[in-house]
Amino acid sequence: MKHRSAGAVAVSAAIVALACVTAAWAQPRSSAIAPPKVPNAAAIKAKYGGQTITFLGDNAVGKSHTRDLMLASTFSKATGIKVKVVPHPADSSAAYAQLARNFSSKSSSVDVMMLDVTWPGAFAPYLADLKPALGTQAKLHSQGIVQNDTVGGHLVAMPWFGDFGILYYRTDLLKKYGFSAPPATWSQLESMAKTIQAGEQKTNPNFYGFVWQGNAYEGLTCDALEWVASSGGGTFVDGRGKVTINNANAIAILNQVRSWVGTIAPRGVTSYGEEDARNAFDSGNAAFMRNWPYAYAASAGTPVDGKFDVTVLPHGSVGQSVGTVGGWQLGVSKYSKHQGAATEWVRYLTSPGVERFDAIYNTNVPTIPSVAQDKAVVAANPYLKPEIATVARVTRPAAPLGVHYAQGSQIIYQGINQIENGADAKSVLPSIAGQLQGLLKS
Amino acid sequence: MSTLEASPPQTAPRVRNRSTRLQRMQTRLAWKMLAPAIVLVGLVAVYPLCETIYQSFTNQQFLGGISPTRWVGLANYRHLIHDAVFAQSIWTTVKFSLITVSFELVLGMMVALVVNSNFKGRGVMRAVMLIPWAIPTVISAQMWKWMYDEVFGVVNDLLMRMHLIHHGVAWISQPSTALPSVCAVDIWKTTPFVALLLLAGLQVIPTELYEAADVDGASKLRQFRKITLPLIMPTILVALIFRTLDALRVFDVFYVFFGSRPDTQTMAIYNQNQIVAVGNVGYGSAVSVAIFLVISLFVVIYITALRTRSDQ
Repeated sequence: MKHRSAGAVAVSAAIVALACVTAAWAQPRSSAIAPPKVPNAAAIKAKYGGQTITFLGDNAVGKSHTRDLMLASTFSKATGIKVKVVPHPADSSAAYAQLARNFSSKSSSVDVMMLDVTWPGAFAPYLADLKPALGTQAKLHSQGIVQNDTVGGHLVAMPWFGDFGILYYRTDLLKKYGFSAPPATWSQLESMAKTIQAGEQKTNPNFYGFVWQGNAYEGLTCDALEWVASSGGGTFVDGRGKVTINNANAIAILNQVRSWVGTIAPRGVTSYGEEDARNAFDSGNAAFMRNWPYAYAASAGTPVDGKFDVTVLPHGSVGQSVGTVGGWQLGVSKYSKHQGAATEWVRYLTSPGVERFDAIYNTNVPTIPSVAQDKAVVAANPYLKPEIATVARVTRPAAPLGVHYAQGSQIIYQGINQIENGADAKSVLPSIAGQLQGLLKS
Repeated sequence: MSTLEASPPQTAPRVRNRSTRLQRMQTRLAWKMLAPAIVLVGLVAVYPLCETIYQSFTNQQFLGGISPTRWVGLANYRHLIHDAVFAQSIWTTVKFSLITVSFELVLGMMVALVVNSNFKGRGVMRAVMLIPWAIPTVISAQMWKWMYDEVFGVVNDLLMRMHLIHHGVAWISQPSTALPSVCAVDIWKTTPFVALLLLAGLQVIPTELYEAADVDGASKLRQFRKITLPLIMPTILVALIFRTLDALRVFDVFYVFFGSRPDTQTMAIYNQNQIVAVGNVGYGSAVSVAIFLVISLFVVIYITALRTRSDQ
């Protein structure tokens, strides 16, 4: 008996030791760039030092969470305000539901939160007005985003980082199969993907040509908007509140996308989120990927490091290249018990210094134009080069749908997911249009 | 009672008083002991149920404070009757329940019979077989989701090595394989639970019956049909009730696998979607009431079956 229990203890200890070593090895190594100093730290410490605030921050995967932790640590050391970082769910629809639950129960457990670009309208009644404290700093940011974050004259959120859809492509594979440049149109992308996939699948049966975010969630609304808007199909709901999604160009491009599922894209792409697509691309199993700029930094250290580049997304035979506006803002909860300390944390995060740090460390698009033109920032973020950064932006219909945006987006992405799974766009789009019209009337 | 009245007057009233006083005392004691449980059940189950029924007649929103809550009468229910998505979700849930409960019953029975017999390591086997049941559903669902992955999944890898398929199958994404794959996960997880319930029933059957059957020369199959099956029928019914009600309310594994994908929604997922993602608490409450009625229907069917059985 004694032998057996001693053996069990030894084995358990070995497993624990192995786990610790693995965890230590998996920690992010220190980056060349460090968070900037906190301006006015002494004054902030005198006023709010000793308080603790909770920050609902970025996903737990990738460098985003590490960035949050680094900034929180620098801020806490300088100002004495302890910042507790809690990552929000990776699925943006789940993150929305989490905030909805938080606000509807008037909870004070979250002080600062990240808000998707389409949420300020829905959450405005629950967010503190930041104009008195941060109105001057807001003038540094891109005015289009500031307007998006201003509801009823109140600045309910500060721009944090921008986002727009871009095309990632394998430079080595393009060279190998004799393509001199990335595709300019969707049809060119389809044929290039077919050629590359046919060649690569001889040695790697898991290789596919093109991956995107095809799951039935908010990300699909972004991808679909890019397909439709770049093919002359409009932007789902136009500026005057008229539903435009049901038209011939939209039907054509969406049926083309339907033909890609299972041919140049894995059948499982209809369940892919951002991370699934990135996993496929980073492991060398995809030639093209549509994703947000964050994936650039996240792909460092993976098998495709150094073998890929980015460009604007293709367009249809009619239309121009576009990128869906993404990006996140920072808001302070109206029910927070530490609004002053929370506002200082937001002030620090949206300062030029931190936006520059975020742009270089995590390759996020800065919302301050002067930072976006900084040489070091452009060097680390190839998509900030003028030829890519000036791509036309399209926005999701958050403004016309207002507080019903979540429901409207669900109508759109569930319908598009059905098309991906084989339904004819000709029969699905009228149904989506009808439901959206009903929603706009209510 | 008439016979008691006919007997000597001294004994009859005393006998009657003692039994009724005892009965009254016992009844009072029973009520006193049940009171805490009744209060708890009332707070936790009856009050929310009444609140849900009330909310189903309003247009309450999840993010309240934007539009005031109004009484809308039967409008939500009128909308519910024409809701094709909800009807589809009821059908998906019923399909799921029928498939999983029947497989679990058959497989659980086989496992229970094996574990009931005498062999070395039987105790360890009974503990080990419960591991799938013990792992939290969300965790095992995520684990299975990765195993089913089209590109990286273990399932596809094994099947390809065995030359049963040539290309990774997208088990979760393809509508044709989506429901079977999620049923397989639930069957894997819950068969041990059903086996445990049935094992309890098997252990009550006296072994002398089997010994007598052996002496009479009955085959094992005949013994199973004539001895085992009739005697564990009550246990089977209990297991059926447990499992069917659980299966009708399935949520975790569908949520992890599919999210709010339209073609694989179950009643519970549709309900959660309406209340939290879409934010229509009023309409969602009407959906909740409808689900409650569907499940009540199954409960009535089972209780009736149980009662007729016990009457026999």
